[in-house]
Amino acid sequence: MDILILLLALFVLALFLGVELITKVPPTLHTPLMSGTNAVSGITLVGALMAAGTDSSPALVNWLGFVAVTLATINVVGGYLVTNRMLAMFKRR
Amino acid sequence: MSPNLVSFVYLIAAILFILGIKGLTKPKTAVRGNFLSATGMLLAVTVTLLTVNNVDFSYVIAGVAVGALVGGIMALKVQMTSMPQMVALLNGFGGGASLTIALAEFVTRVGLVPSSLSDIAQPVAVSVNAFGDGLLGTIAIVSIGLTVLIGAVTLTGSLVAFAKLQELMKKAYGLPGGPLGNGLLLLGAVVSLVILVNNPGNLAAMLAILGLALLLGLFLVMPIGGADMPVVIALLNSYSGIAAALAGFILGNTVLIVAGSLVGTSGLILTQIMCVAMNRSLSNVLFGKMAAGGEEIDADEIYDGKVTSAQPDEVALMLETAKRVVIIPGFGMAMAQAQHAVRELADALEGQGAEVEYGIHPVAGRMPGHMNVLLAEAEVPYDKLVEMDRINPTFEDTDVVIVIGANDVTNPMARESEGSPIYGMPILNVDKAKNVVVIKRSLSPGFAGLPNPLFAMDHTVMVYGDGKKAVIEMTTALNQL
Repeated sequence: MDILILLLALFVLALFLGVELITKVPPTLHTPLMSGTNAVSGITLVGALMAAGTDSSPALVNWLGFVAVTLATINVVGGYLVTNRMLAMFKRR
Repeated sequence: MSPNLVSFVYLIAAILFILGIKGLTKPKTAVRGNFLSATGMLLAVTVTLLTVNNVDFSYVIAGVAVGALVGGIMALKVQMTSMPQMVALLNGFGGGASLTIALAEFVTRVGLVPSSLSDIAQPVAVSVNAFGDGLLGTIAIVSIGLTVLIGAVTLTGSLVAFAKLQELMKKAYGLPGGPLGNGLLLLGAVVSLVILVNNPGNLAAMLAILGLALLLGLFLVMPIGGADMPVVIALLNSYSGIAAALAGFILGNTVLIVAGSLVGTSGLILTQIMCVAMNRSLSNVLFGKMAAGGEEIDADEIYDGKVTSAQPDEVALMLETAKRVVIIPGFGMAMAQAQHAVRELADALEGQGAEVEYGIHPVAGRMPGHMNVLLAEAEVPYDKLVEMDRINPTFEDTDVVIVIGANDVTNPMARESEGSPIYGMPILNVDKAKNVVVIKRSLSPGFAGLPNPLFAMDHTVMVYGDGKKAVIEMTTALNQL
């Protein structure tokens, strides 16, 4: 129960922090912001690793874990790379 | 590794994500911010790999290899004009990842060992403590159900958005009853969720949530058309974050909750910005129809005999004496891949001493910031890209405005004609400029389906044809003068 309250507090505080941060991002960078947050939402990779199952899990769990790891990795690798590609263009001059 | 150390590393990762987004508040610090964020991701993943024991690593390694390959190819090959499709796909994959995590947790905790499809249809007796004691157990199963619901809607909704942006799906399909049909799907999913919470072993309820949510995602996005896509993409972006945060509640994982919340708010704020820029509510975008009501406006009456057209070399004569030129890009510029040609025209104008700026409407293009990325690709410095509110007061001192591939965002009816469906939408007041050049294929209406009185004004000339070709001809003619 204590843990739950802590997690909830973390969630709510992160929402407020998110509002403060995101409203300061200029419209020019809104596309990289979206692809960058796509990459951050690839943090589900951590959850996918935790849920991927053990040697003794049913095969269904392993396969679901495989799909989760694949999709999350696409987000992480694709998201950060494409954001970097875009931002590098903005850097010039 | 001790759990405290792991939590500490997660905290560092969360701080790096926050600093990463903070870096995005300025173009100068943005690349470094992205790097910090990626470092945080590497830390979080590494420490997780060190803690999970007993894992069947063959599936993990295969997943990472396939994901890295697919993600890497997508990121390096995608054209800047196709960025909305790319982001739509990534949203969908994020939702899909959260969805499969929740399903894997469900199967593990229920202790389901299916050997055939018919096993899945059998209800399973679940021990009371499978999901945790008392309230914790309830929260876990509610989180699992909600993650499946939101993750599935994000997955199919994003795939439809991708298909529409890629122009694989051109027609708008919807459920009979529109919003009502979607409402029934949502209601069915929520009822199934309640049944599941009361009896976590009820597999049929879990499958019902999954199926209904997958359908809901499809039917929610299918009726929505091109120019409303910025709102849809931003909203699905938000959903993918919320699904990640919920997955964090299932696993009791702090970094998932923080990162998911940040992404969730980011998407919501962008959704809000897009809606304000179209003067429409979110429910109107999702369920409403544009141009409903209001008297039928006769395009011929507005255009008849009043529209002047010009050739590119005539426009060049006008541009030769201009002191200040503002370029208004729209989705048509992206379609024609004309961003480099536009930059070259701007260079020619600057070469003869004119001041050139770009006026960017928040919903120009198919996603937030779409035009800025295209022009950045063409090496236009970002301080020349001016937001609507800052460019609008300058039009009266502007000699020539060049509108390329934009329509509704310049329509003065939004300001003046109270009965019009777009009345009240903030627009770029290009009609206040001394001369307006509109580059367009024909007089066909934009997404709002309305004629644009700007095209018939005395100080407006139309240049018909392909945007890229017209701009190149203008530049050539200007350089020869």
